[in-house]
Amino acid sequence: MPGRGMPMSRLKPRSEYEKTGSFRFWRWLAGSRDPYVGEVEMKAQIPKEPRELTIRERMQERQELLTRVYDIENNKKIAFFHRIYVLAAVVFCLCFAGILVAMVSMLPPTGEADRPVNNEVPARYIESGLQETGAVNIVTGMILDYRAFDTFGESNVLFAATTTVLILLHEKKKKREDGTFEEIPSDRLLEPKQDAILQASATVLVPVIILFGIYVILNGHLSPGGGFSGGAIIGAGLILYLSAFGFEKTEKLFTEKTYKYVSFGALTTYCLAKSYSFFTGANHLESHIPLGTPGAILSSGLILVLNICVGMVVACTMYTFYVMFRKGDF
Amino acid sequence: MGNLLVNYGEAAAMILFVIGFSNLLLHKNLIKKIIGLNIMDSAIYLFLAEKGYIAGRTVPIVVDGVQSVEAYINPIPAGLVLTGIVVSVSVSALMLSLTIRLYRRYHTLDLDEISTLLKKEGV
Amino acid sequence: MTLFQVILLLFLLVCAVSVSFSKNLLNSVLIYMSFSLIMSIVWVTLQSPDLAITEAAVGAGITSLLFFATLKKIHAIDTLQRQGRAIQDPQPDGEAEGDRQGKAAKEESREPAGAGKGDAHE
Repeated sequence: MPGRGMPMSRLKPRSEYEKTGSFRFWRWLAGSRDPYVGEVEMKAQIPKEPRELTIRERMQERQELLTRVYDIENNKKIAFFHRIYVLAAVVFCLCFAGILVAMVSMLPPTGEADRPVNNEVPARYIESGLQETGAVNIVTGMILDYRAFDTFGESNVLFAATTTVLILLHEKKKKREDGTFEEIPSDRLLEPKQDAILQASATVLVPVIILFGIYVILNGHLSPGGGFSGGAIIGAGLILYLSAFGFEKTEKLFTEKTYKYVSFGALTTYCLAKSYSFFTGANHLESHIPLGTPGAILSSGLILVLNICVGMVVACTMYTFYVMFRKGDF
Repeated sequence: MGNLLVNYGEAAAMILFVIGFSNLLLHKNLIKKIIGLNIMDSAIYLFLAEKGYIAGRTVPIVVDGVQSVEAYINPIPAGLVLTGIVVSVSVSALMLSLTIRLYRRYHTLDLDEISTLLKKEGV
Repeated sequence: MTLFQVILLLFLLVCAVSVSFSKNLLNSVLIYMSFSLIMSIVWVTLQSPDLAITEAAVGAGITSLLFFATLKKIHAIDTLQRQGRAIQDPQPDGEAEGDRQGKAAKEESREPAGAGKGDAHE
């Protein structure tokens, strides 16, 4: 039965076309059939029936639950199991600590140069890192040039984590009868309102914090810091601004759309900047941008761009985490 | 004893790891378990950074064009830990949001109580 | 430098142990925050300032904020003010006395808030 959005073919009859792989692919792409239904055993979460309990009833239910879980005097089996479990856990932890410390005592001594960790790989990074990447800070040169794909994957981990938190903590707006949406009860009710000390100190601190974050990002290839730390500092500044002035002010600056566009744009820029070498032969990840003088801000090729991308992703991620934990919606 | 007195940093990292692990085993509260997992993370990062440390050498930032291996510490563990710290934040945010969902449904953070309630629901 | 490092590592161990022994969740989160701060000083002594900046911003800043927001959501922060009322309630004795009192206090604090503020957090 061809439904809406089902793929069609002009060359083959329908019964034959439905056996091909391309039919399944297009059907999956159109989303008209879930490939897991019928193939994988799935168990839906039982929806909890909303039940209005009085306070007394709820307390009584809780007491029953507590007796069932913790009735240690009467239920000898639970008490015995509890005691055995604690004993076994403590013994296991002590043995584990003993084994690990014994292992540490057999490792080569810390702080010596001829440990097996210090082989030719870090030597290469130190000796020719400046010429090959143009970054004065060797750690930044390493994670954003030699190992840039690693960092790209990590930015995607951040993006995936934010998406999951958005799914888990998102609160749907209830639609009223006249078409408008109900306001989500914000937790501003539980916060101190218009705190003068907090607002005064935030007025002074927020610009400085955000400016410092931008400095740390832009100087990532010259001094300690980089995209991760600078992004986290900017995110912390935004969070301070939010908790001092509330959602009405920050909504002008940062909404869900901002998050979408900024992180998608940053991740795409990163991906294109680093994966174009696949199309130019994929011999090595060499960029054709001049590296510039080491020590100048506009130097070291792509590293500055990648640092800014990573910083934007991290700042958006941190701020979105906090907003989702506070309110459940932007 | 071996090198235990020289490797005090690594030994401390291992003991921290075990303390975090015992938090996971002995506590029933989910928040305490998440803090324990974070402590385990930090212990592993400390162990890695101690691996790359070389006494008497400085930060791997090129100063005055000095590019000999004898001047700088090993930059690789620093890079690994840098990515790890940021990933650990997203992991703990994920765990905390799952905790909030569990609390909304069962009104408790105790794992024993949650599993009793689950049995009662027949899952 | 060695003595300084040893003292910092001892601080770390003390913080990690006291996280598991503190009864109040807010206290253990605060102790974890100081753990992260000490960790960032340890990074400086290990010649990795990149890690120190990141740990101070991420570990001590953002992670603790997320923990605080979670505690707010699960109504564990205002335990302290209601503690006095919770202790007066009859509670069965048992091994997990402290834990249970904290829970009961949480439960206690939940109900008036829910009744008075129109389920602002449900």
